[in-house]
Amino acid sequence: MANTVALIDYGAGNLHSVENALLAVGADVVVTADPRDVAAASRIVLPGVGSFKACMDGLSAIGGMSETLETRVFKDAVPFLGICVGMQLMAQAGLEHGTHKGLGWVEGSVAAMTASADVKVPHMGWNSVTPTGPGSLVEAGQAYFLHSYAFEPVQSASSVRAVTDHGGPVVAAIQEGTALGVQFHPEKSQRYGLDLLSRFLEWKP
Amino acid sequence: MTVRVRVIPCLDVADGRVVKGVNFVDLKDAGDPVEQAQAYDAAGADELCFLDISATHEGRGTLLDMVRRTAKVCFMPLTVGGGVASVEDARALLLAGADKIAVNSAAVKRPELVAEIAERMGSQCVVASVDARLTPSGRWEIYTHGGRQATGIDALEYARRVAGLGAGELLVTSMDGDGTKAGYDLALTRAIADSVSIPVIASGGVGTLEHLVEGVTRGGASAVLAASIFHFGQHTVADAHDALRKAGLPVRD
Repeated sequence: MANTVALIDYGAGNLHSVENALLAVGADVVVTADPRDVAAASRIVLPGVGSFKACMDGLSAIGGMSETLETRVFKDAVPFLGICVGMQLMAQAGLEHGTHKGLGWVEGSVAAMTASADVKVPHMGWNSVTPTGPGSLVEAGQAYFLHSYAFEPVQSASSVRAVTDHGGPVVAAIQEGTALGVQFHPEKSQRYGLDLLSRFLEWKP
Repeated sequence: MTVRVRVIPCLDVADGRVVKGVNFVDLKDAGDPVEQAQAYDAAGADELCFLDISATHEGRGTLLDMVRRTAKVCFMPLTVGGGVASVEDARALLLAGADKIAVNSAAVKRPELVAEIAERMGSQCVVASVDARLTPSGRWEIYTHGGRQATGIDALEYARRVAGLGAGELLVTSMDGDGTKAGYDLALTRAIADSVSIPVIASGGVGTLEHLVEGVTRGGASAVLAASIFHFGQHTVADAHDALRKAGLPVRD
């Protein structure tokens, strides 16, 4: 299982789109719901669309998966990429129809975005990705966003790696240790997204 | 900069073949939706829309295969609509690789379908079609069956209702304008965009690049959908982006 990417299959609707994109950039992908595959893989990708609670419930329904992810990422320093709700699950909590516990890897919670006359929600379409500092895997460019909830870090959070703008700054990428999360969809962001996935395959955080 | 105005080419497909599509000269098979989708991917389309007009049950199976093959090679958002009648229909299309599902007649008959799909798969994947005609009394009425069948339902009320039920986006098509190349129904688009907080796609009647611009500046749309101006080589997606940019609107580089 050297150099494989474990793509976690927990019922997320964008699973195959992410698989297609990873295959397109040459990844050796194992689509799996088995923590043993995750324990053996050299990289991990967590997709996700829809509601925070439904995704967290799906992930929690797989015995030992959350624990294995945490061990691989925070003990073994394996590169991890969470996409959209897969990123949001890294938060401590999701505030969608009540409060739901997340993986708790990053300080902050996921809350509804506020619509106004000029700001339509869902935040849907191509938008700027602006890195907050140098040295991030996430480079400046434009990516496809599709979400109604956004990550809100606790004050002075150092986890934010990139932002976008939708009625004010919106977190576009977070990182804690070797776990990177992106709010946008690299698998739907044409060249920009495929390039990010390529860099992820080479990433040595 | 803020979220960009999306330019969305739309392909009509039936039984797995493009019925109304682009005349890219270098396509080996202009009827192959996958080739057409790849051409639009390369041309920088912001999203792509497949509208299935298959009349037969066999055509539905072919549609799933087509979506699957497209999703393998196209890395942009794909909306698929036409004949989606149940949560199972929507789920099958999403698993095949569609990102959003457009619901039409079935949601007019039973708007709860919007809520059912949104609850199971998320609002972000539900596009509710609002196909409307202007009535002599000056209001807009929902039509089904390609604009042939009146329903008596007020279009603005319907738009607000499906938005409230969890649609993530509205695809607003003027059935009066569709195919006329006379431009979007800007008053209809504006009235709906102003009464919901979700994005609106303007559709139906585009004949010029100026029509795309108006759809946003006067219609208040977040995205513009067009078919024939792209398909017959009249304009490229880049032309559309340029026109929007020159009008001071945010578009993708």
